[in-house]
Amino acid sequence: MLQIAFWKRVVIWALCAVGLLFALPNAFYPRVESFNDAHKAIDAGVGTPADQEAAGLWPEFLPSGLVNLGLDLRGGAHLLAEVNLAEVYADRMDGMWPEVRDALRAGDVGPIREVKNDLGELHVRLQNPENMTRAMELVRELSRPVVTLTGVGQSDLEVTADGDLLKVALSEAEKLATDERTMGTSLEVVRRRVDAAGTREPTIQRQGEDRILIQVPGIGSAEELKTLIGSTAKLTFHPVVRRTSSDSERVNSRELLYPSLDEEGIFYVLEKTPVVTGEDLTTASPQFDQNGRPAVAFTFNASGGRKFGDYTAENIGSPFAIVLDEEVISAPTIQSHISGGSGIITGNFTVEETTQMAILLRAGALPAKMTFLEERTIGPELGQDSIDAGRIACIVAFVGVLVFMVLAYGTFGVFANIALIINVGLIFGLLSIFGATLTLPGIAGIVLTIGMAVDANVLVFERIREELKAKRGPVRAIELGYEKALSAIVDANITTLITATILFVMGSGPVKGFAITLGLGIITSVFTAIFVTRLIIVMWFERRRPKTIEV
Amino acid sequence: MRLKLVPSESHWDFFKHTKVTLGASAIACLVSIVLFFTMGLNFGIDFKGGTTIRTDSEVAVDVGAYRDALTPLNLGDVTITEIFDPTQPELHASQIRIQAQEGAEAVSIDVLAQVKDALLAVDNTLTFPEVTSVGPKVSGELVQTAVLAVVAAIAAVLFYIWLRFEWQFSVGAVAALVHDVVLTIGVFSILQIKFDLAIIAALLTIVGYSLNDTVVVFDRVRENLRRYKTKPLREVLNLSINETLSRTVMTSVTTLLALIALFVLGGDVIRGFVFAMIWGVVVGTYSSVFVASAILLRLDVKRDWSKKDSEAGTQFANPDA
Repeated sequence: MLQIAFWKRVVIWALCAVGLLFALPNAFYPRVESFNDAHKAIDAGVGTPADQEAAGLWPEFLPSGLVNLGLDLRGGAHLLAEVNLAEVYADRMDGMWPEVRDALRAGDVGPIREVKNDLGELHVRLQNPENMTRAMELVRELSRPVVTLTGVGQSDLEVTADGDLLKVALSEAEKLATDERTMGTSLEVVRRRVDAAGTREPTIQRQGEDRILIQVPGIGSAEELKTLIGSTAKLTFHPVVRRTSSDSERVNSRELLYPSLDEEGIFYVLEKTPVVTGEDLTTASPQFDQNGRPAVAFTFNASGGRKFGDYTAENIGSPFAIVLDEEVISAPTIQSHISGGSGIITGNFTVEETTQMAILLRAGALPAKMTFLEERTIGPELGQDSIDAGRIACIVAFVGVLVFMVLAYGTFGVFANIALIINVGLIFGLLSIFGATLTLPGIAGIVLTIGMAVDANVLVFERIREELKAKRGPVRAIELGYEKALSAIVDANITTLITATILFVMGSGPVKGFAITLGLGIITSVFTAIFVTRLIIVMWFERRRPKTIEV
Repeated sequence: MRLKLVPSESHWDFFKHTKVTLGASAIACLVSIVLFFTMGLNFGIDFKGGTTIRTDSEVAVDVGAYRDALTPLNLGDVTITEIFDPTQPELHASQIRIQAQEGAEAVSIDVLAQVKDALLAVDNTLTFPEVTSVGPKVSGELVQTAVLAVVAAIAAVLFYIWLRFEWQFSVGAVAALVHDVVLTIGVFSILQIKFDLAIIAALLTIVGYSLNDTVVVFDRVRENLRRYKTKPLREVLNLSINETLSRTVMTSVTTLLALIALFVLGGDVIRGFVFAMIWGVVVGTYSSVFVASAILLRLDVKRDWSKKDSEAGTQFANPDA
């Protein structure tokens, strides 16, 4: 008999309802979009009255997730940048020279001379090679343990001798750790600069070892984006005049009033002339102080180190402010004279905070040069044209298939059509839930799914026809139709799903967008064909109890 | 009254002319391969590196004037094509392709500015709604991944069919797949349609679609082989194809309906992509009958499901097959 348990019916309809509910916001795209933007602004504490009004545009209890529109639909710029990681090794070794020189001089190994090389290593020629062993020991003392998950216990320097040449290089573990830091910093710098432009939902992702993918919707061109990324964020160290909680505090022309980054409502009055700037900073990394509390260690280059040393010697006990892009990151008190160009920032920090702060500090400037491997600009009009064309094509395809199905299968065609409409709704619902991005090939994927989604129904209907031809009763024919068509449906869709998965895993950009809608479309079309259409047919059958059916 | 694309009872013999149909397919594949090596594909910058600029203007496109404006810049190989879209008669768009410049990963800002200035001097209503640059490093990787994706998809599918059916089915299905992909590449060579990353997605969809069709036929063949244990393979195949014919045509028509809507109305940006899919659906439907099933007929199939010995398996097979 044609029977579907009550609970199964509930589950099937509930799944459809949930899917359609999540698809609903997309029908009111501009309204929900301004609702979401307003909410974000209010949550961030910068809501304007206009935002308050926009927040009322959409009922709170409804889902408000939207399908993201890809760059090709919205317009914007896409960049693929490669970070020159090796450049950082050379910078690091360059910065080591004063330290190595001082250590060797103090160790009495005789006259020494730096030899320039292109290997990103530090080469020192010893006039008295017999002191090599001692020199190597001295340099090794300068090394620090590498702090990573995998590189624990390894030293960051590799010291070797080649005749009278002392070679200092970064160890493999340290190179890996440095690469990670460089990528982290580069991502952070790019993110800060792109965020500063204030566009909606930029995508900034690491790709592979040394690449960064940047997609910014709404920006005029890739050149504009490159200029934006290329500009340097300003990091400066200022003497603190006083702390205040008023943003309208009067300051004189030699002073600045900057807000604090993480203490709300706190402002600092600073001396306008910075002691040192971020251009002098070479590294910053999360560390622990003598008491084991999280802290941030930093190093200046030679000139920055001297300036900073002089200033700290004269101002022990008074605070100085670390300022990034006109915001005070922190204002620690100088504990002691900081000589040698390196220091440590302590405070009431957690490990996460120090890690973040080290990134911010390094984020002052890009740590290494970026080469742009790929760039794409899509104008907003072209995107809008594509959306319009895609929408019309979808509707025409949809209506065409609907009419065709009714002509071919009559009442059953209507059932298949209801399932098809639910199917498209479910695709949009799933896309919204996953926060997936819809691209132009993605629309093509949906259109293709519309065409192919009826396939499963066609398989079943054709089978029912055959069974009816074999003089079976309506109930038996429907039952057998579903039973026998199942293996073909499953095999046919799994093979397509395999290709969609491969496209998703291996593809990039447009191909991926297509794979997502195609893959989701297969899943929803099988669900609607096997469960939804069948349930509709069963419900229709229970009500009408026809003696004969025509498919 | 129902719309019937095929009679409800059909008894066509699809294997009367296997020599002709298989021969024609083989020749078409051969021609495609020859075309691929002689004319080559019109690779887009995704695969070759370089820059494309789309221009939009309020007045008619003058390709000659554009070329004259760009020649003094010495950019190497520059191709300018006008974009026609019958659904948008007021569109005056063109696509300019510039080869990858020596030593550069992507076109520099200066070069791009020079190109834009030179073009604006010809026509000051020009806008540049789409600019794309791909460096040679990335394009090389894209080719590699694309080829790998197609091969991986075919291999995965081969494995799946082998798992679900017999190896003969697998060979038939893959022969049909390769046939479809090769013919699509052939058509892209003849018509010199731009072959870019999206076309690879289309190719893989063709793989999926063609397979979908083949699997439905094979599924019925498997069922009928079990039901009619003594019927000659040729008759079983013909019966199965005739039984599924109505479905095959229905699905192809609905899919084509959707794709043609997209081809006509979807705008010029994805027209090449949709064209590849339309072609794939047509070829894929043909190949599931005239290539996959025909090869299955030639290879013969183990019939006796109770015995493992493949020698014994062919005992009921038609010796003429």
